[in-house]
Amino acid sequence: MMELNNKKPILSIQHLHRNFQMGEETVHALRGVSYDIYPGEFVTIMGASGSGKTTMLNILGCMDRPSSGHYILDNEPVENLKRDALARIRSKKIGFVFQSYNLLSRTTAIENVELPLLYNSEISSEERKARAVAALELVGLAGRMDHMPNQLSGGQQQRVAIARALVNDPVIILADEATGNLDTRTSYEIMMIFQNLNKQGKTIAFVTHEPDIAAFSSRTITLRDGLLKKDYYNNHVLSAEQALKNLPPPELDLADGGDE
Amino acid sequence: MSPITLIKIALRALLRNRMRTFLSVLGIVIGVAAVITMVAMGEGSKKSIRDQMTSMGTNAITIMPNSSRRGPVQLDASGSTETLEEADIFALRKKAVFIKEVSPVVTANGQAVVGNNNWPVSLTGISAEYLKIRNYEMEDGIMFDDQIDRMAKVCVIGQTVVNNLFPEGDPIGKTIRYKNIPLKVIGTLKPKGSSGFGQDQDDVIFTPYQTVMKRFNANTEIRTIYANSIGEGYAEQATNEVLEILKERRNWTKPTEPFRVRTQEEMIQMVTSTSELLSIVLTAIAGISLFVGGIGIMNIMYVSVTERTKEIGLRMAIGARGKDILLQFLFESVIISLLGGLVGILLGILSAQGVKLFLNWPMSVSFTSVIVSFLVCFATGVFFGWYPAKKASRLDPIEALRFE
Ligand SMILES: Nc1ncnc2c1ncn2[C@@H]1O[C@H](COP(=O)(O)OP(=O)(O)O)[C@@H](O)[C@H]1O
Ligand SMILES: [Mg+2]
Repeated sequence: MMELNNKKPILSIQHLHRNFQMGEETVHALRGVSYDIYPGEFVTIMGASGSGKTTMLNILGCMDRPSSGHYILDNEPVENLKRDALARIRSKKIGFVFQSYNLLSRTTAIENVELPLLYNSEISSEERKARAVAALELVGLAGRMDHMPNQLSGGQQQRVAIARALVNDPVIILADEATGNLDTRTSYEIMMIFQNLNKQGKTIAFVTHEPDIAAFSSRTITLRDGLLKKDYYNNHVLSAEQALKNLPPPELDLADGGDE
Repeated sequence: MSPITLIKIALRALLRNRMRTFLSVLGIVIGVAAVITMVAMGEGSKKSIRDQMTSMGTNAITIMPNSSRRGPVQLDASGSTETLEEADIFALRKKAVFIKEVSPVVTANGQAVVGNNNWPVSLTGISAEYLKIRNYEMEDGIMFDDQIDRMAKVCVIGQTVVNNLFPEGDPIGKTIRYKNIPLKVIGTLKPKGSSGFGQDQDDVIFTPYQTVMKRFNANTEIRTIYANSIGEGYAEQATNEVLEILKERRNWTKPTEPFRVRTQEEMIQMVTSTSELLSIVLTAIAGISLFVGGIGIMNIMYVSVTERTKEIGLRMAIGARGKDILLQFLFESVIISLLGGLVGILLGILSAQGVKLFLNWPMSVSFTSVIVSFLVCFATGVFFGWYPAKKASRLDPIEALRFE
């Protein structure tokens, strides 16, 4: 339905291949994947373990280069860029959220969020601070700015990581199994944040292997053995906020022994 | 990334592992402290030798017969072919333009006796100019004039002699018996301390040279002539001139030199060059310990890079370039070695003071050694931090993030 708009894609990949040389053997992790993502889309990427999701997301995030094929991000071909140029793109246009949060230990929430802006010399320290505060408020952690990661729950840590991915105002947020380490309730809370960001216009590509998570997105791309198997537009996007309300109360969750 | 941010990151990383940081800079600390202390030792002894020799008169020149014998002959002229005589003194005073003052030195040996006190000290026969040549100053009384009272039985004495022969003080006007000849004390000298050769320059009895020649030695031979050049830098001209005048008087035609002329400048160079060599050896040893310290830094930086592989991966994932990571670790290694250097400098200054205080060794902490140590530490940080930092900057972000 997004194609109906006359917008240009924010991200476009064509015939993307990625091979890994393992001694004698060549692993074909991606075997020719093509699709476009348009501004404002919330795309989930699904597929069995080993289907190539992470490999693809790493290329989309400019952390890796395709063996062949084309990748245009924000109207700029990036498949042949050198290391430093890719780092500039990551710094300015990409926000990454990882499964294991990857916060710097013994570093406060706000300092963790400021981190990406340290590598952008155009941003003053005042602006850096202001943006980090705003991002933390957006993920509901206004009161936890000076907490260290080990003083925060898993869900809170992931929210700090989301704030970190937001702070450079990227053209797309990429998340690799961002709810993979979290229980159902916390996962839904995180999805609620992603849905809110999407409502504010953020483009999101979210890797998951859980169908109930995919149900919160407007489009689901399914990979199998390095090929695009299905590209599905979801007309009945579930509200994470609603789903959260429908969950049994947290006390019962605990009595069940939790979901972790 | 701004330098301030880089310094903050580095300090935080170093403070996180205080003990490890401390242990890894220990090599640098000890190396620098050793450099500072050893250079202070070398400089100190050089300075004190120079000071002492200056107190003997920097422009002093000694003239002695050139012995035909080989070996150590400074004080033994019995085998010499030529001797110095009073006429040489007059000739030098009259003709030499590069020479300011001239004095013969003739000595007699024995005991000085005052009442029940006796004191073994040699009797030194000189002319009044000797005081100026050797930087002696009068404390009390007057100096004799060797031309007016040529054979007078008078003397001027140094502080050590005063202390030993006149413990109750006030020696002026009293009489010292030297080999049963009474010498009246007409003056005392200000204390001068010991010379660079460990001689007590205050343990002296001066009397007119004619007195020693005629009354004690019964010959007119002069063992040594002391003179001083007109100023610093004239030592060589003065030497040549002295030899010229002495040879001219004797119509000397042989190719060998009849006399040996030695300047104080030569002596200073001779003594300080040995301590310079000592300085070089000490500094080399200290340099090696700094090098070993640098290897300690390199080791700890490799550990730090490996430990923080995941952090490096994350920083790269969110936009850090290889250069940013390189600088981060380079700053860390430079700061750690500068910290070590700073502590080492403080420790070095402290231990220099300690050596001065407890071992009584003359110490002079040289500003240059402090600056050089600091620069060397900076270079050590860059040099030994470079490879670990380069390794960190070349990591692949995906691989690094996967590191556990
Ligand atoms: N660095 C690598 N070296 C070799 N093989 C790799 C590498 N990364 C991924 N692969 C292989 O590529 C395939 C896809 O992996 P991945 O993208 O991680 O799958 P997913 O994230 O969907 O589980 C797997 O077979 C995996 O073993
Ligand atoms: Mg994966």
